[in-house]
Amino acid sequence: MTQQPAIQPMEQFLIHKVVELPTVHIGGLAIDPSITNSVLSMIVGAIILIAFFALTARREIVPNRGQALAESLYNIVDRVLVGPIIGHGGKPYVPYILALFLIILVLNLMSVVFAIFNLAGMDFAFAVTSQLAITGTLAVLTFFSVFILGFIKHGPKFLSLFWVPGMGIFGGAAMVVIEMISYFVRPVTLALRLFGNMLGGHVVMSLFGSFVVALGILALSGGVATLAFVPSALSFTLIVGLTGLELVVAILQAFVFAALATVYLNEVVNFGHGH
Amino acid sequence: MNAAVADFHTYKLIGAGLAAMGMIGAGIGLGVLFGNYLQAAIRNPAGAASQQTMLFLGMALTETMGLFAFVVSLLILFGV
Repeated sequence: MTQQPAIQPMEQFLIHKVVELPTVHIGGLAIDPSITNSVLSMIVGAIILIAFFALTARREIVPNRGQALAESLYNIVDRVLVGPIIGHGGKPYVPYILALFLIILVLNLMSVVFAIFNLAGMDFAFAVTSQLAITGTLAVLTFFSVFILGFIKHGPKFLSLFWVPGMGIFGGAAMVVIEMISYFVRPVTLALRLFGNMLGGHVVMSLFGSFVVALGILALSGGVATLAFVPSALSFTLIVGLTGLELVVAILQAFVFAALATVYLNEVVNFGHGH
Repeated sequence: MNAAVADFHTYKLIGAGLAAMGMIGAGIGLGVLFGNYLQAAIRNPAGAASQQTMLFLGMALTETMGLFAFVVSLLILFGV
C-alpha cells in the first residue's frame, strides 16, 4: 500500500442529506423524509421538465424554436418508437413511454451538463440514474405493469407466451423453463444497462479528471517532473472528448430504455398475431 | 495488515481484473454489430435509416453482456 492519496472515483456516488427533516412514524415504520442529493436532483429534473413544457407547449402551426424542440421530443417516442414498433394499438401507451424517456433523459443530461455544480457544493446534479435503486425501480415498474397488462388484456391465455410451438411435449416443457428465465431477467438487464452505463461513464470521467489534477500538481514540483504536464494536458484533451461521448450515451440510454419498454409492450399489445 | 488479509486483497484485485475480461466479448460484439450495419447501409443507403432503431436495440442488448462483467467486477472490488 502506497501512501499517496487514493483516487476516489466512487466518492461521487455517495448519498448524503442536504436538508435534514425529522423522522416520521407511520404505523411501525420509521420513515426518514430528509432530502438527499439524489432526491434534490430528481426534484430539479422534474421542475426542468415541467417548466420546459409549460413554456414551449403551444398550438402554433408554424412552431418557434421551443415548440419545435418539444414536438421533436414527442415525435421520437410517437413516430420513431411506438408507431413503427407497436402500430395503431400503441397510442394509449405513448404518455407512459414519453414520461419514462423524458425523466431518464433529463436526469442523465443533468448529471453530465451540470456536473461542475457538484464541485461547488450545490448538489443538484447528482447522477441519479447511476443508482441501482432508481433504475431498478423504473425497470420493475415498467416490466410488471406490462406483465400485468398482458393478463388484463388476454387473461390466462397470456401464459402461452412461454410456449414455443412445434417442439413436442418434452421439448416444449424444457423451452418453457428457458423462456421464463429469459423473460424474467428482463427487468434486471433493463436496470443494469442504464445503471452500468451511467456509472461507468462517470467513473471514467472522474478518473481522467483526477489524472489532470494529480499530474498537474506533480509537474509543479519542478525538475524532471515538469514533464508530467504532457500527460496532464493529454488527459484534459481526453476528458473533453469523453464529456461529448457521455452526452451521446446519456441520450442514447434514455432512448434505449424507452425503446425496450416499447418492445416489451409490443408483445402484449400485439399478442397472438405478431409471431 | 497481516499476510492473509494482504493476500485476500491482492486476489480480490486480480479477480476483479479477470471479471472485467468479460467485456472483451461485448467489444467484439459491438464491432461486429456496427461493422455489419455500416456495410449494409453502404450497400443500400435507402434502407439504412429505417433500421436505426433496431441497431440501437441490438447495441443495448449486446452492451448489457459487457455490463454484467463490469458490475461483477465492481461487486468484487467494492461489494465483497
